Amino acid sequence: MPPAPTSPLPPGAAVAPAADPASPHARRHGDWSARFAAYGPLAGLVLLCIAGTLLNPDFATWDNGMNVLTRTAFIGIIAVGMSFVIISGGIDLSVGSMAALIAGSTILVMNQLAPLVGSPLVAVLLGALVALVLGAVFGLAHGLLITKGRIEPFIVTLGTLGIFRAYLTYFANGGAITLDNELVDVYSPVYYGSWLGIPIPIWVFAVIALAGGFLLNRTRYGRYVQAIGSNEQVARYSAVAVDRVKVLTYVLLGGCVAVATLLYVPRLGSASPTTGLLWELEAIAAVIVGGTALKGGGGRIFGTVVGAVLLSVISNILNLTSIISVYLNAAVQGFVIIVVAFLQRGRR
Amino acid sequence: MSLRVRFDGVCKHFGPVQVLHGVSFELEPGRVYGLLGENGAGKSTLMKILCGYEQAGPGGFSIDGESCRFADSREAEAAGVVLIHQEFNLADDLSVVQNIFLGRERRRGWLLDEASMRESAREALDAVGLSIDPDTRVRDLIVAEKQLVEIARALSRQARLLVMDEPTATLTPGETHRLFALIRQLRDRGVTVIYISHKLDEVEQITDEIVVMRDGRFVTRGPTARHTRQDMANLMVGRELTDMFPPKAPLPDAPPLLAVREFSVPGWAQDVGFEVRPGEILGFAGLVGAGRTELFEGLLGLRPRAGGEVRLQGEPVRFKDPRAAARAGLTYLSEDRKGRGLHVGLSLQDNLTLMDLDRHARPWLDAASQRAALQAAVRDFRIRAGSLDARAGSLSGGNQQKLAIAKVLQPRPRVLVLDEPTRGVDVGAKRDIYFLIARLAAEGLGVIVISSELVELIGLCQRVIVMRAGRVQATLAGDHLNEEELIAHATGTH
Repeated sequence: MPPAPTSPLPPGAAVAPAADPASPHARRHGDWSARFAAYGPLAGLVLLCIAGTLLNPDFATWDNGMNVLTRTAFIGIIAVGMSFVIISGGIDLSVGSMAALIAGSTILVMNQLAPLVGSPLVAVLLGALVALVLGAVFGLAHGLLITKGRIEPFIVTLGTLGIFRAYLTYFANGGAITLDNELVDVYSPVYYGSWLGIPIPIWVFAVIALAGGFLLNRTRYGRYVQAIGSNEQVARYSAVAVDRVKVLTYVLLGGCVAVATLLYVPRLGSASPTTGLLWELEAIAAVIVGGTALKGGGGRIFGTVVGAVLLSVISNILNLTSIISVYLNAAVQGFVIIVVAFLQRGRR
Repeated sequence: MSLRVRFDGVCKHFGPVQVLHGVSFELEPGRVYGLLGENGAGKSTLMKILCGYEQAGPGGFSIDGESCRFADSREAEAAGVVLIHQEFNLADDLSVVQNIFLGRERRRGWLLDEASMRESAREALDAVGLSIDPDTRVRDLIVAEKQLVEIARALSRQARLLVMDEPTATLTPGETHRLFALIRQLRDRGVTVIYISHKLDEVEQITDEIVVMRDGRFVTRGPTARHTRQDMANLMVGRELTDMFPPKAPLPDAPPLLAVREFSVPGWAQDVGFEVRPGEILGFAGLVGAGRTELFEGLLGLRPRAGGEVRLQGEPVRFKDPRAAARAGLTYLSEDRKGRGLHVGLSLQDNLTLMDLDRHARPWLDAASQRAALQAAVRDFRIRAGSLDARAGSLSGGNQQKLAIAKVLQPRPRVLVLDEPTRGVDVGAKRDIYFLIARLAAEGLGVIVISSELVELIGLCQRVIVMRAGRVQATLAGDHLNEEELIAHATGTH
């Protein structure tokens, strides 16, 4: 081993960490905006819940709460994966189409396998495996096109947004792909079942969010993701394997989309050209509302979870009240994302 | 037509660093001035103030006796004061005519008067001896042609004072010759030309008078004919060196840590060979564009390279990226601190440990161990930070640089490459960094310092390799390691 650079001090140098003269104002400002980023979404969520309770007594019930969180689970799981992509400075517009194609493919595989393997349970498990592999492969394709192919992530995933949904429509012949009845019986508990009184999708969402938070904050990989999003060149010069880390963010997101899809399929038992429509909007909105800057660099998984819940609470309130038509749900989400981006302006 | 400029106590600060300390001198109309000074002497800043790209702090300048202050370069150009940039100021996707008339298009009624603009553009291009179609897109021009288009644009704006910053850096001898003829022609028409160049032979050829600046101060002004190149170099440097630098250790007698032979980076460096021994501080001198940075980026796998042999501690190596280099024991700190060296938006701790996270992961990242590493670095490298939780960008330039050096030392390299380690750093921090470099060498590292500050290389290094146009021109040591020989080899006037 080389000698460690222990004390390269000039002789007689005094150790005196002086105060940074220019910082008090800047730091106070930084604190304020950092605190806003951390607690703004949470405060917004609390206010929304109070408003919801006042507007409709059904809002603050256990059943409605579980209902909202279960619906949040799909988008929330995708948004956790999306957080990694966005924090590393990328974007993935294809997640809704990808979910649709994975849903359709998975159902087809399960239907085909069931008579072959003789056991509906094995067919469902194999189908789930196919879904995960597909998600990872799609993510890998995105990542390689973006890093080795040097194409903007926006363009790559805009292209696959069209490709994925077109293939689903083609497989479904323009209609729907429906899960066979015998499989539905085995598979439906994944969506409708619960454990300790809490629906399965919420458990899965919680586990993925915790794992995501841990991966982002407590591992080398998470630090590299943030370093790349903060400045890719610096990261490359700092001996970070930039391409590998970036490819892996898309693979992770593909995996998250697959998991979300596996939870979603038993809900309706079918996939159609409208499956997963606008999920990309909701997933990206959840990440941005959660305080992650679209240009990358920093973000929190907890914020993303709050963002996802906040968006579905909005849509739930629209459903329970008649202030704004429920048809305007996507419009409200669109407004929210723009307003939050406006508030984040110039934060960095 | 002619115009007389008088600088009066011009001061300028960039953050905590003062780059101009009350500069005062006068320029007569219709002469060619060579503005001389080392990097960081304040020449470019002063010229940017004159041409409206920067605002002076206290002090200012007057033109023909009237006090002036240009809010932007448009105002300056309206007054006939034009700066031709080192880095080009042309819109790549527009044509030559469109660029020449950008912002002051001629119109006939509501429509552009293309014919008249094309005619005038052709005249201006003829004047600089460039025979290209004025409708060519600037993107399709070679660098020297772009340079001439810049000059043609200045001509078409009726410039009365023209500042040229290293105009010949990209020109061939023939083009340079033509440029000089043009400069003389302009002077005879009464235009004042301020010519900034490190190439003293050109300064000798083309200028009537020289103006020397050093450390943000005016030093002298005098007829070019009365100064030899040696005088000019002395005037540019002439500074007390003694206690800025640690005592030099003798060149160690040991097998090389890093040995490079016939290494090429296409377009930048050809057949470069050198070696650095443990305990040695090896300097790399050369003009901007000599290929020094690109050579090391090629070594690290950041640029395509061709042929050659690289041995680290005797083992043949070929790094595919900086990660592989760091693992093998070679780290590099870029000259571009904000763009490639530090994450200014991240915390001190995240910056410091980024290259050596493996040491702090067991397997989860250990906050306490990272904190301890930061505390040790702040102590050992004398990093002055208001708070340990501050962002790297909130530190002063010198402290950012110390943090960056601490960072590239984290993976415990055997060979450390520092590219312009004191750029944008104040004198006190410079001294700290010099002592730090000497200490690292004393601990057995091989340290390579790339620098445009010759004083720094002379004060610090046992040997200095001079590069010119991508090739090793000379290796200087001992008595030969002096300003004159360095400049001579770097400029090819040996």
